[in-house]
Amino acid sequence: MAKKQAVSFKLNGRQVEVLVEPRELLIHSLREKLQHTGPHIGCETSHCGACTVDLDGMSVKSCTVLTVQCQDAEVLTIEGFEQSGELHALQEGFTQEHGLQCGYCTPGMITRAFRLLKENPSPSEEEIRYWMAGNLCRCTGYQNIVKAVQYAAKKMSSAHT
Amino acid sequence: MIPREFEYYAPKTIPDALGLLKQFGDEAKLLAGGHSLLPMMKLRFAQPGHLIDLGRIRELKGIREDGGTLRIGAMTTENELIWSKLLQDKCPLLVEGARLISDPQVRYKGTIGGDIAHGDPGNDHPALMLVLGASFVLKASTGERVVPADGFFVGSYATLLKPGEIMTEIRIPVPAPGTGTCYAKLKRKVGDFATAAAAVMLRMKGETVQEVAIALTNVGASVLRARAAEDSLRGKAMNDASIAEAARLAMSICDPAADQRGDAEYKTAMAGEMTQRALRTARSRATH
Ligand SMILES: Cc1cc2nc3c(=O)[nH]c(=O)nc-3n(C[C@H](O)[C@H](O)[C@H](O)COP(=O)(O)OP(=O)(O)OC[C@H]3O[C@@H](n4cnc5c(N)ncnc54)[C@H](O)[C@@H]3O)c2cc1C
Ligand code: FES
Ligand code: FES
Repeated sequence: MAKKQAVSFKLNGRQVEVLVEPRELLIHSLREKLQHTGPHIGCETSHCGACTVDLDGMSVKSCTVLTVQCQDAEVLTIEGFEQSGELHALQEGFTQEHGLQCGYCTPGMITRAFRLLKENPSPSEEEIRYWMAGNLCRCTGYQNIVKAVQYAAKKMSSAHT
Repeated sequence: MIPREFEYYAPKTIPDALGLLKQFGDEAKLLAGGHSLLPMMKLRFAQPGHLIDLGRIRELKGIREDGGTLRIGAMTTENELIWSKLLQDKCPLLVEGARLISDPQVRYKGTIGGDIAHGDPGNDHPALMLVLGASFVLKASTGERVVPADGFFVGSYATLLKPGEIMTEIRIPVPAPGTGTCYAKLKRKVGDFATAAAAVMLRMKGETVQEVAIALTNVGASVLRARAAEDSLRGKAMNDASIAEAARLAMSICDPAADQRGDAEYKTAMAGEMTQRALRTARSRATH
């Protein structure tokens, strides 16, 4: 068996270290070793986006990234969004606009939308649909997810002015 | 779904990566964005004993222009292509093509070099590379060679890349001003590979086709260059009849495998349709 390696990275602002075989996928380290079960496992084939996390400023599907690739990285998961009891604008948006039903896709949706709004603070509806297309939802029909992202974009831009 | 065991290396320089490749020979695989390789490893279609991650080699990144040639590091990601002002200005075909590849998350990881090296007939970059007249820099511990895209793709998952080589750079001559290009891709849904797609590069002189290149994605064992279709257009005026004839000639070289995207007849028909659309759009974008 390949030797285990210690991998350290920043998870939601906190330094963590895990001991993993090189073949371990980031989603498994997060869920099983670091008790961060917000990122979900859906398809396991890089299609659904339920496992999306933010890795060094990129939205990635953590079922298709090896934990050993994350040495010194900064990882953000849905667990890092709420700050001292205050929901993030995106979490509030998904609540206010009914952007979820079963909620399975929601952590991935919010994490992805976070990076989208960093790159484009006021996206058009078409841009939201194009740049959120790597996240599948089986319940909502997407309309309210788009509205939730628009809600957050508005709230975040007014907070800046 | 977890890959079989392997040893992992993250070299920081090209010579170090080449040294590891040499040391482990056939047992080793290079890891770029991992979005073709890791899924294959999870399904145990690929089981390398040693994985050499190119992700920490800075030299392999970046897009620049150098004396009329665009030089793109092999580890440049699809999103970096999409966001490049230089490419939007000088080679919008590459931006259009990258936008049609998979979905945002895959595009943060997937690299142009990995897409070309993988040799999957479903990959989109090979067709773009053929019509743009690209060439690839392949480095080995014994030296480097530059090979043209035309002839590089020799079959399903087969290219001219040799086991000890790393693709370091993609070179593309900046298309002449007034060149019209288009990538027309039919896919069933976001994130899917092409049912059929056509890349076109077109230069006009008045109403006459001066130069044209056409390549087809996912309708053969590897990307196809539609030479007879090109020949039928060159030196003539472009109209509905000549476009239809070019599409017919493009279809005549298609030999797609039937799968859930459709049977061979349907895919061939769609390759013809994509050829027509790409030709029309490229013409509307070309200066006359
Ligand atoms: C859901 C999904 C949908 C997709 N849809 C599309 C699509 O529509 N169109 C499309 O074109 N692609 C698609 N892809 C594939 C994606 O673009 C891959 O990222 C790409 O095919 C490979 O690039 P990579 O950087 O991920 O390479 P990897 O997966 O890391 O490597 C692929 C192969 O190339 C070799 N390699 C990589 N880099 C080099 C190098 N510099 N020198 C030599 N060899 C190298 C590796 O050893 C490996 O054998 C999709 C992938 C997924 C997961
Ligand atoms: S579980 Fe990772 S994309 Fe579906
Ligand atoms: S809310 Fe159920 S999958 Fe999206």
